[in-house]
Amino acid sequence: MNKPLKWLAQGLVLALIMVMIGFLANRPAYTNFPEDQAMIRLSFSHGGGRPDCHRRTPEELAALPPNMRAPMDCPRGRLPVLVELDLDGGPLFHALLPPGGLHGDGPSRVHQGFAVPPGTHTITARLRDSGRTDGFDYEREVTLDVAPRQNLVIDFKTDAGGFIVH
Amino acid sequence: MDLLRRTLRTGFAQVEALLDRVFPPTWQPLYHLGALAFFCLWIVFVSGLYVYAFFDTGTVDAFESVQNMSTSYWYHAGVMRSLHRYASDGMVLFMAAHLLREFSLDRYRGARWFTWVTGVVIIWLVYVSGITGYWLVWDELAQFVAIRTSELVDAIGIFGEPIARNFLTPGSLDDRFFSLMLFLHIAIPLILLMVMWIHLQRLTRPEINPPRGLAIAMLAAFVALALVMPATSQAPADLGRVLGRIGLDWYYLGTYPLADLIGPRGLLGLLGVITVILLALPVMPPMRRPPAATVNLEFCNGCERCVHDCPYEAVKLVPRTDGLPFEHEARVDPALCVSCGICTGACPTATPFRQRGRMIAGIELPHLALKDLRALTDKAAEGLAGDRRIIAIGCDHGVGLEGLGDQAVGVVRLPCTGMLPPSFIDYILSRDLADGVVLTGCAEEACQNRNGIAWTEARIEGGRDPHLRQRVPRERILRIWPGKTGEKALARAIEAFRADLPDQPSAKAVKRPAAQPRPVVADHE
Ligand code: HEM
Ligand code: SF4
Ligand code: SF4
Repeated sequence: MNKPLKWLAQGLVLALIMVMIGFLANRPAYTNFPEDQAMIRLSFSHGGGRPDCHRRTPEELAALPPNMRAPMDCPRGRLPVLVELDLDGGPLFHALLPPGGLHGDGPSRVHQGFAVPPGTHTITARLRDSGRTDGFDYEREVTLDVAPRQNLVIDFKTDAGGFIVH
Repeated sequence: MDLLRRTLRTGFAQVEALLDRVFPPTWQPLYHLGALAFFCLWIVFVSGLYVYAFFDTGTVDAFESVQNMSTSYWYHAGVMRSLHRYASDGMVLFMAAHLLREFSLDRYRGARWFTWVTGVVIIWLVYVSGITGYWLVWDELAQFVAIRTSELVDAIGIFGEPIARNFLTPGSLDDRFFSLMLFLHIAIPLILLMVMWIHLQRLTRPEINPPRGLAIAMLAAFVALALVMPATSQAPADLGRVLGRIGLDWYYLGTYPLADLIGPRGLLGLLGVITVILLALPVMPPMRRPPAATVNLEFCNGCERCVHDCPYEAVKLVPRTDGLPFEHEARVDPALCVSCGICTGACPTATPFRQRGRMIAGIELPHLALKDLRALTDKAAEGLAGDRRIIAIGCDHGVGLEGLGDQAVGVVRLPCTGMLPPSFIDYILSRDLADGVVLTGCAEEACQNRNGIAWTEARIEGGRDPHLRQRVPRERILRIWPGKTGEKALARAIEAFRADLPDQPSAKAVKRPAAQPRPVVADHE
């Protein structure tokens, strides 16, 4: 190969490397989420109640070392949280969320997204965090219009009175 | 594993051969991949410092300040921004190629495990650096990075409150997050630089900077790319909307889409498994580790040449321990030695002119000592016939020598051609073992043991001790570095070299014995 031809080829190789760098730096495009759908995301972190706390009798208290005489005897673990999310009357997500933490004493967590077609939807969210065996402690139903690519978040906070829809 | 390695080796050798036809060795990108990755880091540091001056933190300010660089100040801050992005991508590309090439060359185990393992740590640091960088732009890609990365980190399961909940709604994002990311994006690259320095601790004179011509060309190419395809932001992040189609930087984020298939936990597991495999490669079978070089004190005068020539920091000079009247002696750290034998080539005591009984060098490979080296040479000369006899000296890693041995050409194969003490060339020619000597092996700039070719050349040119004696006729020496796939080129070059050899003054007078059947290749194995 003569010199100018070699230089040309060297330039081509460098150009090829640069095209490879420039191309993959931004292409091909990736579809993170279908553009004609909306997202309902259920995301909260909420601790269930403690099972059967009982008030210690004076005898029980006296039997304990002085520095441990707490009036209430509560097991460390928390109850699991039962959650149900319904879309237009049909189930979208039903789950019994176990408590987190090594000793089951942490909050139950969920962070889950669902693609739904845009339009008007009725969303019902129910949650049980107590020891009851039937029914729910919190419930909320909303009917709203969701746009394509809308990120509808359903959070839960006891302070705010239960389910929050963003 | 060995099959994979060999396949890769062949692949690399073919591309290298192709590029060798276009590039001079000092410009050949594949021979300078580690240095090119380093060079990218320098570009990233300089351009990063520049764009830092234009950057504001905060959910709104961040996006606008970055956008501003590419619009209002495109001709300087914009170019710097593009350089910053593309050099970071180039770093991943060169790093990946460097990893594959080192693996294919079998340079990941034995004493080299340390360099390999620190390389694996570098991969993670490079990725964390890049990912925190994309976060700062706070466009849709940043939103993607924020959400997917926090889901990945949450999958580890050691943090209480899920980090992903920080990116739930526009209101949940805290400006402090930007300060944290900015801090990480500066601190982690500095740690990366430190680990890169550690990466090179077991190499003598590592090639940190690519040859100047290549560096300038590469920088020019990056600037051209920055002008032709400026790096831009995507739409501003909006946590109230789910991301649809986005442009992805596949170098840094190419694995993230996998989470769609296997979930964040699956992806985390996959990355973990890949890391563990990479870390474990050096201890996986087949394990073969030839013995390390040893010093024969009685013959070592502490001249320090082996210390200078060892490419792996394996020889040190220490105070004399045996009472001989020298200040120092050489000492090999077997844990660092890759058994290349280059130290024998450097030792002035390694000469074949010694008396039979004292055919010992100051520093030797136990399995291929000086006496073996001489025996190999003598054997290669046995049965050569004609008046243009050649002894070709090559290595285990470069061009194949199998096709060479015949009545005109004898072959000596060493672990590295740099193992050959130059006095052996003198020996071959002055004792009339052959009429010409061919030195060959890997491609120039691509020596398996990094410095073998350079030292061989310098010893013959006289620029490095021990040098080849002046009396040795240089026209009887051919140095050719054709690389793995250069068998044909080598055969052709030897043919031409033989044809050009001047007649030996003595050759006419001496009657040579007729050719004997002989082994084709005298080999150290
Ligand atoms: C940005 C990342 C990296 C940079 C800048 C870098 C840089 C370098 C440089 C400059 C050398 C010396 C080359 C020479 O003088 O011959 C080297 C050698 C080496 N690198 Fe890297 N490296 C990087 C990543 C990696 C990775 C990811 C691995 C593998 C996991 C790796 C494995 C090795 C090995 C095994 C050697 C030693 C070769 C020998 O023993 O001769 N490096 N690296
Ligand atoms: S054989 Fe000699 S030159 Fe090669 S690594 Fe070992 S001590 Fe260093
Ligand atoms: S080159 Fe030989 S003589 Fe010199 S220090 Fe090394 S082993 Fe000793």
